[in-house]
Order: sequence, then C-alpha cells, then structure tokens
Amino acid sequence: MKVVVLMYEDEQVWANATEAVQEKYMAAHNAFSDAAQEKGKILAGEALQTVATATTVRRRGSQVGLTDGPFAEITEQLGGFYVLEVPDLDVAVELVKLLPEYTIELRPVAYF
Amino acid sequence: MPTSNPAPDAPPDPTNNSAANAAVAVEEAWRGHWARLLALLVGRFRRFELAEDALADAYTAAAHNWPRDGVPGNPAGWLLTTARRRALDILRAEAVAARKEPLVVVDAEARKAAVDEGGHVPDERLRLLFTCCHPAIAADARAALTLRFVGGLGVPDVACLFLVQEATMAARLTRAKKKIAAAGIPFTLPAPDWLDERLDLVATVIYLIFTAGYSPGTGPNLLRVGLAAEAIRLGRVLDELLPGRSVVRALLSLMILQHSRRDARTDSGGELILLPEQDRSVWRQEEIASGVELLAGLPAGLTGQALEYQLQAGIASQHATAARAEDTDWVAIAALYAELESATGSPVVRLARAVAVMEVTGPEDGLVLLDGLSELIPGHHRLPAVRAELLVRAGLISEARGFFETAIALCGNDAERRHLQRRLGSL
Repeated sequence: MKVVVLMYEDEQVWANATEAVQEKYMAAHNAFSDAAQEKGKILAGEALQTVATATTVRRRGSQVGLTDGPFAEITEQLGGFYVLEVPDLDVAVELVKLLPEYTIELRPVAYF
Repeated sequence: MPTSNPAPDAPPDPTNNSAANAAVAVEEAWRGHWARLLALLVGRFRRFELAEDALADAYTAAAHNWPRDGVPGNPAGWLLTTARRRALDILRAEAVAARKEPLVVVDAEARKAAVDEGGHVPDERLRLLFTCCHPAIAADARAALTLRFVGGLGVPDVACLFLVQEATMAARLTRAKKKIAAAGIPFTLPAPDWLDERLDLVATVIYLIFTAGYSPGTGPNLLRVGLAAEAIRLGRVLDELLPGRSVVRALLSLMILQHSRRDARTDSGGELILLPEQDRSVWRQEEIASGVELLAGLPAGLTGQALEYQLQAGIASQHATAARAEDTDWVAIAALYAELESATGSPVVRLARAVAVMEVTGPEDGLVLLDGLSELIPGHHRLPAVRAELLVRAGLISEARGFFETAIALCGNDAERRHLQRRLGSL
C-alpha cells in the first residue's frame, strides 16, 4: 500500500535548533530512510520551507483568491512529507517511530 | 449455492433427516461455529465484509440444503467449504469487474502484499483479536468489533450492549471495517517491541466484554448469557498463546473470581442479590481456587494496567474466600481500594473505597470520602446510592430516603433500580 507521511512540528523548534540537534534530526531521517528501504520503499520525500512562504489559493467559481500564509493556522505546522510503499499500517508505524519527535499523520493514498 | 454435500467422506446421518432436526443443527452451528469460521475466513481473505457475506450465504445454504439432504457429519467443515467457495465466487466476479475498475485491481494487489502467513500463531482468533483492538481504530469501535467478529454477536445484540440504536452501531462497525481495509491495518500479531502496549488494549477490550456480560441486564438477560464466559475464554486463549504475561494473568484471575459468583448474583426472578445476601454455597469453589492461584503467581512490583487488575483481583479474592459475609476482611479490602485509588485516581474507585472504609471505621469516615465526588461523576446514580447506604448505617434515615430517590431517578438499569426501590421500601 502507498501511504503519505505528513510530519508536523512547531517551526520554532527547528528554527532554534543547535547544530547538534540538527545533526540528530538528520541522523533520525537517515535511520528512517535506511529502514524504509529495507521494509518497503520511499517513493518521494521532501522537507518544506516554513509556512511564512506559503500561499493559499482558493477558487470559488471564477473567483480566485490568494492569501499569504497556510490555509489553517495551527500550533504545529506541516514541515515535510514522505510517500512510502509498505506492506501494512504496522510497518509504517514502526518506521515513523524512527523519525524525530514530530506529530505524524499517516494517510493511505486513494485510487480512482 | 451448493447442491451437494461438500464433505463426501462424512455422509449425512439418516437419523438427522427431519426438517426440525436440521433447523436445530443450523441454529447450533450458528452459535457454536460462526465466530471461529468468520475468523478463519477473515484470515484467509483479509476482508471483513467479504468474510461476513460469504459466511451468511453459507448459513443460508445450510438452512436450505440440510432439511433436504440431511445434516452433514461435520457441519462446521461443510459451512467453511461452502463459505470459501462463495468468497472465491465473489472475488472472481470482482476480478471480472476489475478489468473496468482499476480501484479493485489495486486493492487486490495491496491484499497480496499484505498477506502474512503467521504460521507461529495457532489461533486465527488471536490475530483477529489484535486486529479488532488495533489502536488505529476508534476506541468506541474496538469492543464492538471484537464482540461482533471475535465473540460472534449479531449487530442488534452489540447495539443493545452499548445502549445505542442498531443503525448507529451498524454505521460504527462499517466505519471501523472501512478503516481497517483502507488504512492497511494488518491481520497479524504486533511486532515484539509493540506487544506489551497492544496487549494492554486487548486486555481492556476483553474486560469491557466481561463487564458487559457480568453487569445486570440493561437489555434482555439472554443476550448476556455466555458473554462473560466468552471473555474468560478469550483471556485463556491469550494466556496460552502469549504465556507469562502479567496483565493477562491478572485480568484472568479477576474475571474468574468475579464469575465464580454468577449463580448467586440474581434470584429466580432475575432480581439482583448483593454480596452480603448471596448464597455462598453456590459460589464455584474450584474456580475461586483457580483465581486465587493465578493471583498468587503474579510477580511483585507490577505497574500500570497489570497492577490495576491485580488489585481488583485481590479485592475479589478477599470477598470470594470469606466463608460468611461477616468474615470479610474489610481492613485488607479498604487497603487494596486505597492502593487502587492512588494507582487510577478514579472517582468510582473512591466510591467503592468509601463502602469498605465504612465497614472498617464506620459511616462517618466513609461519608468524608464522598466529598467532592459529585463534581467528578455528575449524574452517576451510584453516588447518591452509596451516600444513602452510608446514611442508613449512620442512622440518618430521612436523609437517606432523599438520596435513594435521587439514585432511583438517575439509574438507567432496571435490575439496579428495582434493588434501590426495595431498599427504599425497607426503610
């Protein structure tokens, strides 16, 4: 199954991270990616720039409205994602436990 | 629909040929085998709906064929073979439709990827149990799924036990089944480092099933017959397949001890009989001995859920081993309740502790423990009921009357309400 891993964290955590902390994050992502290649496959994965760079576009009929910022203001922001191919949910959970202490939403992809 | 007996090596018994016997056999096969057959089918096909539909068709076929052809020598085998064929028919039909429908093709591939042979687990129902109690399923749906698919209860019965409308329960079950399929919740045992946490969830659900069977009827009593026994059976299966787990053993001890009093809990009219008035000669002594032995075998220093069950089992064993009500060791019970309260912080535990304290040092000390509880459990009938009993013991009969009346108004349970009315009437 294909599942999208959405990683949320208060952006200030990363902004204020010391070099040592940043290295720990990188090590965690490397461990995750090694394990993911072993148990399944990483189909895609990106870190995102902060929500300050976000543009929200809302189209209603012929009206297109652009606003600065993310579509919803929340205390933790979407900071990056992976797309995984894994056998089941338990494998996905086991893998994301290796990531830094984010709040993670796992969403299976829909097929049409 | 099959037209011949799929188990030719087990010829129909000619003495069973009457239609009435066949109907009884279908009924018995339903009660005796539905849950196990469903687990086998879910294990094989990994889809709840498909397994349910195929099994329902197999029972329909049995109701149709058995009166005509005789009851097969191995009814469960007949049903399983028939249901498997039906499921394969459905899958074949889906595969044909899938040529136009990429969704089903992908689903079929995903299923192939999710296949786990799980040869190390002898009981399919254990894996089904872990699937139904998966933490990714909404908490209120876990027990319902377990009752439906591991316990084999019908949707109306599950709805009745959870005091919701049948349509509400059907929707809740459908949502949960959809989540299991879409989120890729596997039909496997959890990984070893996740097992303890997952086992706690399974234990919680089993105890919920047990208490649903044990508590006096909110619905027709018939429904609950066997539920508590089924929970104990599930506990034993867990203990056998995952031996030496304290949380399982403590839970098993607790359930066995509480269940040993089942014959004394209601009178012939179904009315509730409280502990002190129960006829202790009908308590099952061999079960009490087995519960006490399990309890004694638990290691010291338990924490979390295992500790809670251990303390509750300790309280149950104190009651179960008192020869007469007046021999009850209330000092030990009050101490166990105090420990349980500090472990759980539960206001309901405080309520029970107040009763134990009353037995040790008198109603005044019990009443002190009730202070502040009304904000924590507002609208709970047991609080005014316990307060009323403490006031009776303190000799404050007119105050007690008022609290009995409040409790009666709040009580949603017929048997308990009648008990409270009898208590009020006796003052």
